[in-house]
Amino acid sequence: MCGIISVIDRSRNVMDGGAIKNALALMNERGSGEGAGYAVYGAYPDFRDYYALHVFYDNLVEPKKAVEELLNKWGEIEYSEEIPTYEQKRLKKQHIPWRYFFKPDPKLLAGSCSPEEDAIINIVNKVNTQINGALIFSSGKNIGVFKASGWPEDVANFYKIEDYEGYIWMGHNRYPTNTSGWWGGAHPFNLLDWSVIHNGEITSYGTNRRYIESFGYKCTMKTDTEVVAYLADLLGRRHKLPDEISVKALAPPFWDEIDRMPEKEKKLYTTLRMAYGSAMMNGPFAIVVAKPEGIVGFTDRIKLRPMIAAESGDCLYISSEEAAIRRMNPDLDRVWMPKAGEPVIGMVKR
Amino acid sequence: MTIGSVPPKYKIAIDRDQCMLCERCIDNCSYGVFRKEDQKIIADSRKCTACHRCIAMCPRDAINLHEKPNDYRSHPVWTRETREAIYNQAKSGKIILSGMGNAGDYPIIFDKLVLDACQVTNPSIDPLREPMEIRTYIGKKPRQVEVSKNSSGDYDLNTELAPNLKLDTPVMIGHMSYGAISLNAQLAMAKAVHEVGTYMGTGEGGLHKSLFPYQDRMIVQIASGRFGVDVDYLERGAAIEIKIGQGAKPGIGGHLPGEKVSEEVSKTRMIPIHSDAISPAPHHDIYSIEDLAQLVRSLKEATEWKKPVFVKIAAVHNAPAIAAGIARSSADAVVIDGFKGGTGAAPRVFRDNVGIPIEAAVAAVDSKLRSQGVRNEISIIASGGIRNSADLTKSIALGADAVYIGTAALVAMGCRVCGSCYRGLCPWGIATQRPELVKRLNPDEASKNVANLIKGWTLELSELMGAAGINSIESLRGNRDRLRGYMLDEGLMNVLDVKTVGA
Repeated sequence: MCGIISVIDRSRNVMDGGAIKNALALMNERGSGEGAGYAVYGAYPDFRDYYALHVFYDNLVEPKKAVEELLNKWGEIEYSEEIPTYEQKRLKKQHIPWRYFFKPDPKLLAGSCSPEEDAIINIVNKVNTQINGALIFSSGKNIGVFKASGWPEDVANFYKIEDYEGYIWMGHNRYPTNTSGWWGGAHPFNLLDWSVIHNGEITSYGTNRRYIESFGYKCTMKTDTEVVAYLADLLGRRHKLPDEISVKALAPPFWDEIDRMPEKEKKLYTTLRMAYGSAMMNGPFAIVVAKPEGIVGFTDRIKLRPMIAAESGDCLYISSEEAAIRRMNPDLDRVWMPKAGEPVIGMVKR
Repeated sequence: MTIGSVPPKYKIAIDRDQCMLCERCIDNCSYGVFRKEDQKIIADSRKCTACHRCIAMCPRDAINLHEKPNDYRSHPVWTRETREAIYNQAKSGKIILSGMGNAGDYPIIFDKLVLDACQVTNPSIDPLREPMEIRTYIGKKPRQVEVSKNSSGDYDLNTELAPNLKLDTPVMIGHMSYGAISLNAQLAMAKAVHEVGTYMGTGEGGLHKSLFPYQDRMIVQIASGRFGVDVDYLERGAAIEIKIGQGAKPGIGGHLPGEKVSEEVSKTRMIPIHSDAISPAPHHDIYSIEDLAQLVRSLKEATEWKKPVFVKIAAVHNAPAIAAGIARSSADAVVIDGFKGGTGAAPRVFRDNVGIPIEAAVAAVDSKLRSQGVRNEISIIASGGIRNSADLTKSIALGADAVYIGTAALVAMGCRVCGSCYRGLCPWGIATQRPELVKRLNPDEASKNVANLIKGWTLELSELMGAAGINSIESLRGNRDRLRGYMLDEGLMNVLDVKTVGA
């Protein structure tokens, strides 16, 4: 069990984090007080052109020195500071959250179509696998992930989440099983502009991991949610698939359905399934993937985890529970339960 | 020096109270074990191969067969087999032949791998009530898919799929040629694969006309002897397979003795009647990976790029590098045949000592292809020692797309694994061309048995997948997280890329 909630304002009006904190706390039955987190898109308008690298430091001596040496090799740190935190009675501060606003030098990476992004992926991999006591857990532009081990309201108060504003918010309340309740294991998971919240367990993890690693990604978080962010990056950014097509690759229709489709559609879905068989995700899950342009929510193909969607004006909500959405906004225009594997997509207006 | 005869391996005892002298044992034993003397059935145990035909056919259960205890001086190094091999070679000066698979006392890795099952945090899936997808496509897949949105808001597909074989079950039947086995045996398997929606190989014996009705389920094979190959043969097959090596005898060719080359076999193989059919060790037009790539392309040209082309290699130390080369040719699938693979006839020293187990070979090939980013370019078919649905499931979890079975299909038709296939006297009508023996195998009945076996394994595969919370075979393929090694050494677990039990 885990509780997920996400909201997007398609007109890019910003919301503070107060409402999502309350909504997530309503789903405390779905967590165990060992992990919660928030992601906000539009968090750093003053540094919108810089990658906001959020780092957990175990101390500010060796790991910080090693990370900054690496960053200074790869580009330029515009500004850095400790992320402000506020002591909470029930939350033990285990790491020191730090943020850098960083710009990589694209000239340093040969042969890449997107050198800045590949440089960031390289840095994230290097820090997370080779520097003890440092973990980059958020690396997008104008995006911030805030997470820790604790109950949703404690984590929110720890970071004073209501002080941040954004047009997309995600929240996750964790009931950890695969890894203990450590800060890095809390959701959202993030890589570049992609953030993921997830309720469930991906039984195809072994297949997905080996598939994504063959494209050069390195799974360092020891958890299945991480691969979703990488798969979204591979299919969306590198293979340039539209969102609804990406979702159909990750949670495809059953062969029975494909066989009944009109010829053109059948060919498309057969090709997708054959090409991306190793990327398809199996097992119980409800997932929301966010990027600056919007959010996409979908469940596994037999809907072993709950997911509900709602709309109110320009806002689209996706959550594990209707009550959580209503706590954010009791006045909804439409509430519906998407079918298994059916994507719910909310994109910002152009 | 005089070399004495070796003692019999088996001892046949006849229960005189039960025996009614019906002489069925005499009629059924093609090895000439039984005769009637003075109103008694006498058995010459020395000739027995433990094929069990007599036991199966005795209406009174009067025949008992025992493995005869070793009556040599026991010795842990100079075993009975070792000594008998020396006696036989000292007498003959020849290569010792053997049939069926590796008889060496090697640990079976499959038996030291255990599968996973879900509980609580992720639910197991009930295949009786939920969809379970085991459809598999064998062939090249695109590395990525390109789509574009058209003016009506639909997506147009801009990626062309290469031809693939569609399998309703990931179990295929490997190549056993007409010549090595009987036409009735091939017919039985052809009917079975047709029924269960899978494919079988022709072996390098050509395609007999009575198999034409099943040609859309046949993979035609081109081995180094090129027997039976012409463009008509290529066009009839659903796919084409180039055999480079065989698990039971890596690095050597084949030999079908002239006495097995009957009139029909000679027509199908396109060779003179009663002539030895000798396949060279290498193909005489393939001495490099680029020569192989050329042959793959030539076969595709000959069939207008409409048929997948597979390449079969024996599992050897260098199999991953060879497979990487094959993946970079136009080939659609690589078949890896492990060292427990069966054979009609092979030098025993090869069968029992050359090659590596399929479990390690599949894992290593899959990892190598992934590390080079070409795993999607090609399918992997595992063969050589797949005995049951657990082996099948574990093979897929290690990285195979599908498996070939050989001995298991023969056993389903009645074979008792006596290992004397090379003698051409198979009393079950399977590995023989003698008309009186061939007719013992009823293709319709045998076909049902083979189809049942594949159906049973497929059901068990579904159950194992469901228990692991997986409802689609794509998510089992290469999913080594679903395996654990039980009492395997660390080096082997590294090759297999599996964790130990408890981890």
